[in-house]
Amino acid sequence: MRHIISILMENEPGALSRVAGLFSARGYNIESLTVATTEDPTLSRMTIVTSGNDAIIEQIIKQLNKLIDVVKVLDLNDGKHIERELMLIKVKASNTYRDEMKRMCDIFRGRIIDVTDGSFTIELTGSGHKLDAFIESLDKSAILETVRTGASGIGRGDRILKL
Amino acid sequence: MKDPITPNQHEETTVQFTGAEILIKCLHAENVKYVFGYPGGAVLNIYDAIYQQDKFEHILVRHEQAALHAADAYSRSTGEVGVALVTSGPGATNAVTGIATAYMDSIPMVVISGQVPTYAIGEDAFQECDTVGITRPCVKHNFLIKDINDIAPVMKKAFHVAATGRPGPVLVDIPKDITATLNRFEYPQKVEMRSYNPIIKGHAGQIKKALKLLAEAKRPMIYTGGGVVLGNASAELTQFIQSMGFPTTSTLMGLGGYPSTDKQSLGMLGMHGTYEANMAMQECDVLLAVGARFDDRVIGNPEHFLSRPRTIIHIDIDPSSISKRVKIDVPIVGDVKSVLTDLNALIKEEKPAQNTAALADWMKQIEAWRGKRFSDFALDDKLIKPQQVIKTLYEVTKGEAFITSDVGQHQMWAAQYYPFDKPRRWINSGGLGTMGVGLPYAMGVQLAHPEAQVACITGEASIQMCIQELSTCKQYNLPIKVITLNNRYMGMVRQWQEFFYENRYSESYMNALPDFIKLAEAYGHVGMRITDPADVEDALKEAFSPKLKDRMVFMDFITDQTENVFPMVPNGKGLSEMITGKNG
Repeated sequence: MRHIISILMENEPGALSRVAGLFSARGYNIESLTVATTEDPTLSRMTIVTSGNDAIIEQIIKQLNKLIDVVKVLDLNDGKHIERELMLIKVKASNTYRDEMKRMCDIFRGRIIDVTDGSFTIELTGSGHKLDAFIESLDKSAILETVRTGASGIGRGDRILKL
Repeated sequence: MKDPITPNQHEETTVQFTGAEILIKCLHAENVKYVFGYPGGAVLNIYDAIYQQDKFEHILVRHEQAALHAADAYSRSTGEVGVALVTSGPGATNAVTGIATAYMDSIPMVVISGQVPTYAIGEDAFQECDTVGITRPCVKHNFLIKDINDIAPVMKKAFHVAATGRPGPVLVDIPKDITATLNRFEYPQKVEMRSYNPIIKGHAGQIKKALKLLAEAKRPMIYTGGGVVLGNASAELTQFIQSMGFPTTSTLMGLGGYPSTDKQSLGMLGMHGTYEANMAMQECDVLLAVGARFDDRVIGNPEHFLSRPRTIIHIDIDPSSISKRVKIDVPIVGDVKSVLTDLNALIKEEKPAQNTAALADWMKQIEAWRGKRFSDFALDDKLIKPQQVIKTLYEVTKGEAFITSDVGQHQMWAAQYYPFDKPRRWINSGGLGTMGVGLPYAMGVQLAHPEAQVACITGEASIQMCIQELSTCKQYNLPIKVITLNNRYMGMVRQWQEFFYENRYSESYMNALPDFIKLAEAYGHVGMRITDPADVEDALKEAFSPKLKDRMVFMDFITDQTENVFPMVPNGKGLSEMITGKNG
């Protein structure tokens, strides 16, 4: 089963490779991994999307907690949560495509953030499924380039991962 | 507020020291007695500072791997943090085997490695390697010091992290320019890390639940591991086992945690465990695991193990050890000493009623298994049996020696035929299974216990992996007795090839062996070759006689090549599916 795991860790050099190394050394999946500094510059927040049965996820959480640089770990799937991913997608927008692309972008509530004679760059935010759906709905030959951030997640309401 | 400072301390906070001197002062502050190491370019400043101090002794090994093993064994035999010092590049890569060995057995160590100067890092400088990157998967934690101000706090953290919680090696990588920079020295009084707070005290409710299950058990069994030794919990464990009257077995790493010669002890379990221990593990209805991790050499195939219904209680300081290979019913996360102390107190308080009739039947069943005596061996009048050597060694040393071993058949025979009644007497590489540790392990143990008898039980293959350390033994007059069981084969490889590869002995024959007597003598030691079973006892008595008390003795026992270790749980099989050998 797919799990989204949030990690609060010391903002130290090498901290990211400790986590990445743990996943490769123990053969755990990483579907996506995002990391950035928090409002407290000594802490980084990482979101990992992984998959495995309950025993594997339990081990992943325990092994992450065992890393000295890791301050807190939360399996967002244990409760209600929200997740979002950002995609930048560059598509052909020549005469024949131009209106169609604009329409698709509007339907998915994307924003066109760069325009040239022949292309649009669209910014789209949502769940991974929504981004997948957008790509599915386009003519493959119209896609010039895609960049995805991987999912970031946060608990709903009172579920807070903080020191 | 700081503590009132004495003039001396005041001086230390205003006077400037080099980074190297600060590093040495940190080791002094940690009361380090021995540093095992090997100099090189990146650590020249540190070695210069060592030259000008006399609070600890530096032990110069002949290969960095041995420095790590010796520091590791120093720790295993004393409980203190072992310290090793190596240079950058090849010094650090040579150390990796030793670090990984310590990591697998959770041994507290601080490893200091030199690094090229900060301005040269990443430029493929001479003797540069990414030591922090290379060691990351085999350390509990590591640090690269990039600021002179960080030396003291990082060293304090390194010792703290290494020794607390589930212990392990911590590496500190120090670039050469940092060791030459000047700074004040102030060693932190304490260390606080928001991200690292091991749980010590076990959950009271879980402990209560565990005791109830154990008291009501019909076929209880206790299985103890290296955590008991590392956690200095032998006394508490012994009190617990004796007050409950339960049978107990130990992993290779836990031997000595409970007196092996006591009747409640079923000896070692696992791949080469006793028949009674493995059968009792399989047939028990309530199992208490203490500081053990259900690894593949211990419980065999986990599915087979779980095919029998039983309730499992597991005490361990490392939450990730719980339910890793086997689902645990009652987990108790905490320091084994603390949890066992609480359990013992609870027994006194509650005096739980036990199922004595069932327990008596269970003990009778265990005695029946024990009576099969599958690990007995027959003496031969022409060939020395390896088991005979260990058994005689036990008698000659009255079971009081510190025993180190390498890895292979001799290691298993040592575990089977030299019962340990005290912890920290049995020093070997359990998790990583590193051939070559025996001799450097014996060095670390002998330095820690100068008056004790120290024997290294090894084979002619293993001993050659760190044979250069005979020179170190000479330099520091270490009167280790090397007991080589020489069967001209990598015995355990040969055994597997005999059982599972239809006697195709691929590359397991040790050809072109040196004359170990001449070799020992060339290094300034005493050499003995023993070929006749009738001479085994006298030779060992001589080696341990007052006459040779101060000498290293290298004993080359020419043993039966065909002898195998029994019982044996084949790889992937269940604990009760043992090959029992000739007696079976």
